[in-house]
Amino acid sequence: MNGLHVIPGELLPPRPRERRHLLSVADLSREDVERLLSSARSFARSQERDTKKLPTLRGRLVVNLFYESSTRTSSSFEIAAKRLSADVLNVKAAGSSADKGESLKDTALTLSAYGPDVIVVRHPQIGAPHLVARVSDAHVVNAGDGKHQHPTQALLDLYTIAEQLGRIEGVHVAIVGDVLHSRVARSLVQGLRLMGASVVLVGPPTLVPAGLADVSHDIAAIEAADVVYVLRMQRERMGEGGHMPSLREYSARWGITPERVRPGQRVMHPGPMNRGVEIDPRVADAGSSLVVDQVRSGLAVRMAVLYDLLTAGPVAVEAAVEVA
Amino acid sequence: MTVLVGKAGADDVVVRGARVLDPVSGVDAVMDVRVDRGVIVELGTRVDTNEHRVLDGEGLVLAPAFVDPHVHLRTPGREDEETIASGTAAAAAGGYCAILAMPNTDPIVDRSDVLRGLRARAADEAAVPVGFTAAITLGQEGEQLTEMGELADAGAAAFTDDGRPVASAGTMRRALRYNAITGRPIAVHAEEPSLTRGGQMHAGVVAAELGLGGWPALGESLAVGRDLALAADARRPIHLMHLSALESVELLQRAQEAGVQATGEVTPHHLCLTDDAVRTLDPNFKMNPPVRSDEHRQALIDALRSGEIAAVATDHAPHSREEKEVPFEAAPFGVTGLETAFAALYTHLVEPGLLPLETLLERMSAGPAAIFGLDRPRIEVGAPASFVLIDPRARWRVRADRFRSRSANSWLLGRHLTSRIVLTIAAGRVAFEA
Repeated sequence: MNGLHVIPGELLPPRPRERRHLLSVADLSREDVERLLSSARSFARSQERDTKKLPTLRGRLVVNLFYESSTRTSSSFEIAAKRLSADVLNVKAAGSSADKGESLKDTALTLSAYGPDVIVVRHPQIGAPHLVARVSDAHVVNAGDGKHQHPTQALLDLYTIAEQLGRIEGVHVAIVGDVLHSRVARSLVQGLRLMGASVVLVGPPTLVPAGLADVSHDIAAIEAADVVYVLRMQRERMGEGGHMPSLREYSARWGITPERVRPGQRVMHPGPMNRGVEIDPRVADAGSSLVVDQVRSGLAVRMAVLYDLLTAGPVAVEAAVEVA
Repeated sequence: MTVLVGKAGADDVVVRGARVLDPVSGVDAVMDVRVDRGVIVELGTRVDTNEHRVLDGEGLVLAPAFVDPHVHLRTPGREDEETIASGTAAAAAGGYCAILAMPNTDPIVDRSDVLRGLRARAADEAAVPVGFTAAITLGQEGEQLTEMGELADAGAAAFTDDGRPVASAGTMRRALRYNAITGRPIAVHAEEPSLTRGGQMHAGVVAAELGLGGWPALGESLAVGRDLALAADARRPIHLMHLSALESVELLQRAQEAGVQATGEVTPHHLCLTDDAVRTLDPNFKMNPPVRSDEHRQALIDALRSGEIAAVATDHAPHSREEKEVPFEAAPFGVTGLETAFAALYTHLVEPGLLPLETLLERMSAGPAAIFGLDRPRIEVGAPASFVLIDPRARWRVRADRFRSRSANSWLLGRHLTSRIVLTIAAGRVAFEA
């Protein structure tokens, strides 16, 4: 085996064409995140005024293309675009030609004919925003693709942590629950590590994959964390052929109860919450809970993302997309 | 009965001054080769041209043409993706003089009338000789054995449920034992379905990062271990297709040492790629079994070099554009390979010094021919002319609009490769000229 070395560069696909998208946290540098969080801060201040609308993106068109149900992400992208004076077109898969069997490629081409500046895509399948980026000239924002990525969620979580704790570097975050099926966890782990925070993943052995961060199967591991980030537990992961015997056993072992939260710890949740399953209602409603702050941060961060993609800032938010 | 069908050739040609390289007979010299009526009649310097067409072979390598034991011709059923004519033309362009087609078509090749129909069409349409394999079980459902005796009489080249595993050990055991009446190989797609359900890529760190369902190495090696044990017990030969995992290679080596007649094949993409490529989420990096981490890739290269894996097979799997222009997770498995196999392996294994050229030539020709009981293409006086001319210095870019295949789902699109097939003579007939 000596001397047998692959040249990974040679074996990887050709260099991507330079276009600015936000498809994955993995494509961001620390400078990108710092720039985005800093403009999010400015936009957050602008939202404290009586007149909340800014002229920044007047005449631009933002298309929200949602193939999955969503309340907070779709509403927050819509408000973000409107507050920046962009025109907004919301397309939901239900009731659109996707219902008639139109392929994602054709839907993307059809919408691209209107010359949108940004297409925000949510889709249940991994790689869907990448396909839209390949066939459209618009800037593409991934608003969640299957179990892969949800980069604006990670950015708003980083923003919330920075605002509430005054820093991200050196903060210790425990992410608790179903990491395996969570695009939120995947994006957040990358974002936290990029910004110098430390992460431990806590949950059942069948729901926490190896190789992303430190892992513990014992809920006591959250004790040392500054932030306990609770993931949504989905009912379909239970029972026959599932990853867990029952929700009851999950709640008993890994549910976040007041007894398990140490004073001073902050608790976060991407929503929607299953109260009484992964999070005790007393924790969800306590002063230590940052859930409402997260939603508020979502607006400012999504304004910052749209602004960053459409203004002639430093080109940095690029995706590794091969253009055939 | 010969299992290969295609047009008989009787072309006359002389190739002057090529480096003639036949790794099995040990020939490696600059010589002229003369072909009369499809048969090699003279090797030497300054052979008489006899008014034949003369090709200048200077700077080129003349080697036995290739044999691909694993091709999906998509016919019958998906002629929009590939036909016998287009698939064999692609094979000729890739330097192949013989290929074996897989039976997972629509309808499946599990009855002799389907097989006879295909062979009749191939006799008219095929650009290079082609053999057709038949299913092990009816409908490839893993339960009832096909009429292997009748299928063999009708010309089945081998038996395989490729595309799916024979999930039941009991069925596999009966297939191995019953197949003794045919003398044709059994080739297995080793996969333990309860471990690979929902699998989209190699189960490893990259899959954990991307959130794609994992198709673990164990999903293959557990089935490989089972099938090797069954073959040892039945005292029957077994061929393992498209090996992808380090552990499978170790099991194959151990079985061979123990005297089991076990053989294996490996694809160009498993030899050249790692799961890092999947980060692009380009559906042309989605295949079954998936490409794995570098330790697996290195083990496959080692086994190919040592001969424990004796054959390169493309697993050429054409898919229409609309099937692959979808999100990664929704895309079907499979990539094309016939027209790029040699150049890909030359570029990524021979040029970097990972595999000698002679070894690659042997594993693409004599190796697979021996496993499937086909005549070995050889550069010898009296042998039918089945050889390739290769320009080892040519540099070219893989382009979707240049394929002879009806499909272009290649993992090499847009990439540059070194070496190019400039001529293929298959069974005495000029099948391809660049």
